[in-house]
Amino acid sequence: MAKILVVTSGKGGVGKTTTSAAIGTGLALRGHKTVIVDFDVGLRNLDLIMGCERRVVYDFVNVINGEATLTQALIKDKRLENLYVLAASQTRDKDALTLEGVGKVMDELRESFEYIVCDSPAGIEKGAHLAMYFADEAIVVTNPEVSSVRDSDRMLGLLASKSRRAEQGEEPIKEHLLLTRYNPERVSKGEMLGVEDVEEILAIRLLGVIPESQAVLKASNQGVPVILDEQSDAGQAYSDAVDRLLGKELPHRFLDVQKKGLLQRLFGGRE
Amino acid sequence: MSQADLLDQAPVFQLKGSMLAITVLELTHNDLARLDAQLLAKVAEAPNFFSNIPLVLALDKLPEDCGELDLAELQAVCKRHGLCIMAIRTEREEHIARARELDLAVLPPSGARERLIEPAESAEARRKAEKPREPEVRPTKVVTTPVRGGMQVYAEGGDLVVLASVSAGAELLADGNIHVYGPMRGRALAGVKGNAKARIFCQRLGAELLSIAGKYKVAEDLRRDPAWGDAVHVSLSGDVLKITRL
Ligand SMILES: Nc1ncnc2c1ncn2[C@@H]1O[C@H](COP(=O)(O)OP(=O)(O)O)[C@@H](O)[C@H]1O
Ligand SMILES: [Mg+2]
Repeated sequence: MAKILVVTSGKGGVGKTTTSAAIGTGLALRGHKTVIVDFDVGLRNLDLIMGCERRVVYDFVNVINGEATLTQALIKDKRLENLYVLAASQTRDKDALTLEGVGKVMDELRESFEYIVCDSPAGIEKGAHLAMYFADEAIVVTNPEVSSVRDSDRMLGLLASKSRRAEQGEEPIKEHLLLTRYNPERVSKGEMLGVEDVEEILAIRLLGVIPESQAVLKASNQGVPVILDEQSDAGQAYSDAVDRLLGKELPHRFLDVQKKGLLQRLFGGRE
Repeated sequence: MSQADLLDQAPVFQLKGSMLAITVLELTHNDLARLDAQLLAKVAEAPNFFSNIPLVLALDKLPEDCGELDLAELQAVCKRHGLCIMAIRTEREEHIARARELDLAVLPPSGARERLIEPAESAEARRKAEKPREPEVRPTKVVTTPVRGGMQVYAEGGDLVVLASVSAGAELLADGNIHVYGPMRGRALAGVKGNAKARIFCQRLGAELLSIAGKYKVAEDLRRDPAWGDAVHVSLSGDVLKITRL
């Protein structure tokens, strides 16, 4: 059964697109046929992070308007056999997406993919609503700061009340918390909220904690999803998150201020 | 009957003057559909008043240019609602002619003082209505999932119980009491229709606002309370919210 995952947050710039690219790639790496769909019409950048921006011919809006078939618009990843990207349009505005049109495309994608990862735009308006509406599971990306936590909380409320599953009275969307740009040093100085604080406030299952990392910027500049940088802390943290998404129980890493010792790096962790 | 009886000259009737209190229905618009609808509403208010009451139908307040009046239909409308027309009050020739055809008496416009009356229920019906009804208890509204920022939950006519967390920016409203068993970081307004006896119970006071029957405290005041973060119950004491540890 195909699964639709939405990567959402409410707030902008928290790491949704970075996460969509990493999780989508991670699922494909583990053998699941996956497509990542950019819902950020007008501000597309998933294709940049995925490194396929030069191969975009048709986009999501073209498919909805019947100007291209899905097969024409899907961009096959150069590194992984079973990974595809559906780019957003750079030239249209948010109103180019309609609930009916998105629904049709989702139905069609369900037929040939195991995972459909929807990269949501910021905000809680139309674009974000369309991205989450058809979801089966949601990854709520949150930074350890009060305003981001609040926006995520708001988004969780919308997932529980304004999604297709909520409207049809089906089993609710499964919610996962992904804490990104986590900086243990700043947490220990009290400049940022700790994992426990955020978990406590949002009260949903913690999928992972992605540390603030130079590797993310480097990866996105190269157009390589950071999860493929297996040496990096962020890459490993995303890897763990994908495993947990698929049901594995793993301890959370990268939560504490790193002492530079090798043992600490390999085995440091939380129960 | 015998011959003797017929010859008896003794009178069989008497004429007496009487000041009869009578209801006058003064028609101001020639709009029978509206009259029908409005009578229906009036009858619903006081059904006993309208069981076959005798009535004078006053047409003298109708504007000159109101068009032709269908008196037979007007009589039928009145009858449908339990009004029995005895006479009409008018000066207009065409109304008088129509009244004759329908065997209705005609009265001249009166200079007598008339006062507005509101149809009232009979004393007995009123007593029945005033007998205090058992207060209707609405089932308690129970919420088991987190109430997130931007969401609002209202328990109309009763109590609200929340078994999960209430986020900052969420709002709980109840006509009765409010109970929160998860962390309480949002707003809770109990007794919103004015019930000063309503209370708020929470396991962990962290609210942005608490209110009972319109009297409230905001986070700034609440945070200073020594019971902040504790299990409390909140009630109204005079005009002030009283916070007591559970
Ligand atoms: N874990 C991280 N460490 C450092 N920088 C990050 C991390 N995650 C995201 N960023 C940076 O934050 C910015 C916003 O990320 P992006 O994924 O585009 O967010 P969104 O899609 O939510 O707007 C980008 O510049 C990205 O490189
Ligand atoms: Mg983005």
